[in-house]
Amino acid sequence: MDVRSQVSMVFHLDKCIGCHTCSIACKNVWTDRKGTEYMWWNNVETKPGTGYPTKWEDQEEYRGGWELIDGKLRLKSTGKARIVPNIFHNPSQPSMDDYYEPWTYRYEDLFNAPEGDDQPTAVPISKVTGELIDIEAGPNWDDDLGGSEIYAKNDPNMASLTPEQQSQMMAIERLVFFYLPRICNHCLNPSCVASCPSGALYKRGEDGIVLIDQNVCRAWRSCIAACPYKKTYFNWNAGKSEKCILCFPRLETGQAPACFHSCVGRIRYLGVLLYDADKIEDVASRKDEELIDAHRDMVLDPHDPAVIAGARANGIHDSVVESAQNSPVYKFVKDWKIALPPHVEYRTLPMLFYVPPLLPVMSQRNGDTIESVSEDLFHAFDQARAPLEYLGNLLGGGNTGKVSYALRKQMAVRLWRRAVTVGDITKEAAEAALREADCTPEEADEIFKLSTTATFDDRFVIPPMHREEAIEMMKDTDDHRRETGFGFLTGPRRGS
Amino acid sequence: MGSANHLDFLLYGAFPYIAMVLLLVVTIQRYRQRAYTYSTLSSQFLENRQHFWGSVPFHYGILFVLLGHFVAFLVPRSILWWNSHPARLYILEITALIGGLLSLIGFVSLVLRRGSNNRLRAVTTPSDWILSVMLLVQIATGLGVAVFYGWGSSWFASTLAPYLWSLVKLNPDVAAVVPMPWLVKAHILGAFALVAFFPFTRLVHILVIPNMYLWRRTQVVRWYGTNQGRVEHRKRSAQDQQQR
Repeated sequence: MDVRSQVSMVFHLDKCIGCHTCSIACKNVWTDRKGTEYMWWNNVETKPGTGYPTKWEDQEEYRGGWELIDGKLRLKSTGKARIVPNIFHNPSQPSMDDYYEPWTYRYEDLFNAPEGDDQPTAVPISKVTGELIDIEAGPNWDDDLGGSEIYAKNDPNMASLTPEQQSQMMAIERLVFFYLPRICNHCLNPSCVASCPSGALYKRGEDGIVLIDQNVCRAWRSCIAACPYKKTYFNWNAGKSEKCILCFPRLETGQAPACFHSCVGRIRYLGVLLYDADKIEDVASRKDEELIDAHRDMVLDPHDPAVIAGARANGIHDSVVESAQNSPVYKFVKDWKIALPPHVEYRTLPMLFYVPPLLPVMSQRNGDTIESVSEDLFHAFDQARAPLEYLGNLLGGGNTGKVSYALRKQMAVRLWRRAVTVGDITKEAAEAALREADCTPEEADEIFKLSTTATFDDRFVIPPMHREEAIEMMKDTDDHRRETGFGFLTGPRRGS
Repeated sequence: MGSANHLDFLLYGAFPYIAMVLLLVVTIQRYRQRAYTYSTLSSQFLENRQHFWGSVPFHYGILFVLLGHFVAFLVPRSILWWNSHPARLYILEITALIGGLLSLIGFVSLVLRRGSNNRLRAVTTPSDWILSVMLLVQIATGLGVAVFYGWGSSWFASTLAPYLWSLVKLNPDVAAVVPMPWLVKAHILGAFALVAFFPFTRLVHILVIPNMYLWRRTQVVRWYGTNQGRVEHRKRSAQDQQQR
């Protein structure tokens, strides 16, 4: 057993209101530089939809993630065998057209336009060339199902659905959508790291954050093709790849990452998971249907004395183990099993988990009027508007079992809380529903509490990063303290 | 044999050393102080289709031709031995010419691509344009030599390789270059000019080719400090915990 610590995340999709505050917080902190305008380290997609970049989930086209060939893991894009002949032109690299050409507006036109009968307008100009551009698309062009005939219909998760299910999802009376906020999953078996010819990408040993060493990156661009979530981006100006850094400078000073901190819907949870690094290769090479369970089994119980001893032997500080014991992520993923990894079939073992959305039918059309269905608010979830198969493709690795377990439990929690607070459902009925959903009243109350009234400190259990110990290894801490803030920084200047 | 004048000494006796010193000093200094600028500066992200038809033939062509130059410089006898049969001489000359043509076609299409695409022009620096012209001239003179002064693989090995070795031995034999046709001289000068300009351009990406990738472990994990430091730290904290 090789115990390691990983800062992990849960996004509660039932609570996401799609406000994009997270994206803006991230953009303003990290990616408002030249060459990074198009990067959305954090983005929020409407599902069903094609996402960002367009149809990123279609790995036949993008060739991201791993594939299993004769039981062996192999990068779908350019691994060791294929990088040599393809080093001069990456065959599966997306181009700017798969994202969008960033633009701004010529605001000075508003002031400089000659006096006339019409309001002056600020015309859009490209942030790459500075010339006028005709905007055809951008990120979130399909927000809230805008243009769903073009976008939602082409969602790769819909491909395996029956034509009836597809038309059901598109029928205007039954329209269904939810939001999928995405950041880097800081995977346990990251394909971006495995693909980097320069060895610039690495996983931090202490907390599992995946980073790109900007001084070692040489713009071979393999990571961009290899990440199946398309969460490494190419800085076209600096000639370097960049990605979500999980705001590690904030984490190291005890603050939640910007996107977590700013989340209006309070859908985000962050905490440590301890896992067994010896199992990575074995788990990542399991059969599709075993992946979710195997991935969950890798996560170790931080209360188990053997695990604690293993953590100590590996130099994991007791305070980090304690943080793991209080981790909200552990509860969602291991205790309650209602948070699931996105597209586990890409075999990168993502460490960001999603609580699937219930999407209950809140109202229905009766002739010309829309009636709320309050009497039957908590109807069976398989009547929910998103077909289970759809959620299964997104969060169940192609299977509906785990998704339906998570939804059933959430529904039972709602019934239970309805019985407790409103009382129009008998406690017996609610308890029966809980039993059926593999849940107890105590667990239901806990789920309710962490999902609804949890405070900042409940949602973000940030482990002490012990930078002081890291500094100790390199130099005198007192010297470090005196020197902090002095010295010379150079900007990320493009090499000539 | 013509006699070498001062200009010849400057161009073929001194300039090569200036170029080599620049190459060494500036690349090392740049790597140590501005490692961030070591990048291929790939533009495939901005334009994905023409890139293939330019970059791939150019790189394979130029690599093959450069490899030929290196072999002829390092072991000139091997080339002379190979060329001792006319059939093998033809084969070598034709493949080398194909390599040169590939690099020319590839490079011309890369330059045209760069010039015609607004996005690419936005990320092109003056140094890129200067480098493009230099490389174009170099490829053109090289091809010119191959076409007009045939059997270059043989006479390079017997006359120019010794000149290059005389440079290595710090006793430049300028007189070996002086009687050469002007096209060959231009090619030699262009080569050293490229060597001199090399450290200031994106060409430095040649020095950081990912040579270790094929042998390294698939995943990369970095710990604070050294691994030894971590092990010691682990012991220390275990002791601390025992004391507590």
